[in-house]
Amino acid sequence: MSLTRSISNFLFKHPNGFLTLLLAPPLLWLGIAFLGSLSVFLFHAFFSIDEFSGFIKYEFTLSTFAELFRLSNFDVIIRSLVMATAVTLASVVIAFPFAYFAARYARGKWKALFYILVMLPLWSSYLVKVYAWKLILAKEGIISWLAGELHLTWALDALLAIPVIGGPSLSISFLGTFLVFVYVWLPFMILPTQAALERVPVNLIDASSDLGGTPAQTFRHVIFPLALPGIIAGSIFTFSLTLGDYIIPQIIGNSSYFLGQTVYTLQGTAGNIPLAAAFTVVPIVIMGIYLAIAKRMGAFDAL
Amino acid sequence: MRSEGSPLLLKIAALACVAFLHVPLLLIFLYAFTTEEKSFQFPPPGYTAKWFGIVWERQDIWDAIGLSVKVASIATFLALILGTCAAAAISRAKFFGRDHISLLFILPIALPGIVTGIALRSAFGIMDIPFSTWTIVLGHTTFCMVVVYNNVLARFRRTSGSMIEASMDLGADGFQTFRYVVLPQIASALLAGGMLAFALSFDEVIVTTFTAGQQSTLPIWMLNELIRPRQRPITNVVAIFVIAVTFVPILAAYYLTREGEHTGGTGK
Repeated sequence: MSLTRSISNFLFKHPNGFLTLLLAPPLLWLGIAFLGSLSVFLFHAFFSIDEFSGFIKYEFTLSTFAELFRLSNFDVIIRSLVMATAVTLASVVIAFPFAYFAARYARGKWKALFYILVMLPLWSSYLVKVYAWKLILAKEGIISWLAGELHLTWALDALLAIPVIGGPSLSISFLGTFLVFVYVWLPFMILPTQAALERVPVNLIDASSDLGGTPAQTFRHVIFPLALPGIIAGSIFTFSLTLGDYIIPQIIGNSSYFLGQTVYTLQGTAGNIPLAAAFTVVPIVIMGIYLAIAKRMGAFDAL
Repeated sequence: MRSEGSPLLLKIAALACVAFLHVPLLLIFLYAFTTEEKSFQFPPPGYTAKWFGIVWERQDIWDAIGLSVKVASIATFLALILGTCAAAAISRAKFFGRDHISLLFILPIALPGIVTGIALRSAFGIMDIPFSTWTIVLGHTTFCMVVVYNNVLARFRRTSGSMIEASMDLGADGFQTFRYVVLPQIASALLAGGMLAFALSFDEVIVTTFTAGQQSTLPIWMLNELIRPRQRPITNVVAIFVIAVTFVPILAAYYLTREGEHTGGTGK
């Protein structure tokens, strides 16, 4: 009997051994490289930094977590949460008509085309997408030009004059950061929303209108509730990705900090690993709560 | 298209969404030919193709491309092996903790990239591992594996196990069955997953900033240009190059898996 055959016979007779052999490499990789390093890092949140020497004090303490509630730190958390919420809501509003159109009216070749039209921006380079917006939002860029051609410069100026969200130019304002976030994460909202809308049975819509429901009522009581799990599934992506991103606010925006940047600076130049770890716990906890709610609303079946 | 029935307003909203998704990318193509060097002036004052030639001569860009290709190739190769093993185990067997393990397999993509990156960086710091090509590969394989896993798992779920049983009944050993039955079934899913993994790795920047040290992959090069723009026309050309390199595998992967299954996990 050849060697390969005896090996394969052995594996066939020991299915558990075969299973272990299959599972071991990916589990070891993720267990050590991913989970291992993640838990070691997060555990630092229970230590603190010695204010005089700047070294980590390896003693159990909750003071690092308490620091999260200092005004300047808490601001960052609130700002990130507000941004993530705004981006998610805007994505729903923009994605829904597209998803609805693609799911209900597009057929055959057109359906495939719509799918590709979403997939290309979804998978194309993240940095290139952000870069494109740097071109668009620049003071001398296409939006200012367009506003000038349409004699709407006053409207743009009024928009930028709004306190908090405005700024000297779109590329240096929260409004700009918000636009780029919506652009970059929008496809993640479109795909699950469309998938959920595809599953709405047409005869339910027909039944609703046969029974005298107006299109608005049909939408409100039949289509929207059935699409909701898909929308929530999409919101998991837009919310989580906005919460954790640290590159976009660094390039487009007024350089106030979001969660991602704070973590990045704390572990890098500031060298405060314990506080960085405590800050990392924040999005993980928020997403944990978010996922628990999403699961109860049936979003996982729509993924 | 059966669009007669669609309300006009809906059509306009859908088209506006398509424009919103695609016009920004098209603009970069326009900017690559601008004669303006110091700003992002629109409309461009003049057009030239000289930047393509200038980029061609730049050694630092070639080095960055070389490193990106090398990392993406190794990471894809490792991800194909690890992801296929994981998908085979999860799809074929029922065992204790299966649901938890399948959750673990998608976690690197579900959690924000910064979490993966920072965890790896602190682990390298604690273990005194110096930054090298391999530290980048380690990070990339972690999420590339998830893409391969998702694609191959979707394929395994659609193919029935009876072919494998038939092969075994007819006297083939495990390796022959894998070579002549399983592999042809999953080949296109592997190819698609591999290409998506390559595109993802070639483009990755968040995890890479934590695991690269002083090395510069192409996305790191671009990130530096984005934060401190010094060579705008050259960045435009590099951006076009990146679009081209990532679009080919995406379209190819789409054609390989289009029969009713979505292309790989939606998530970066």
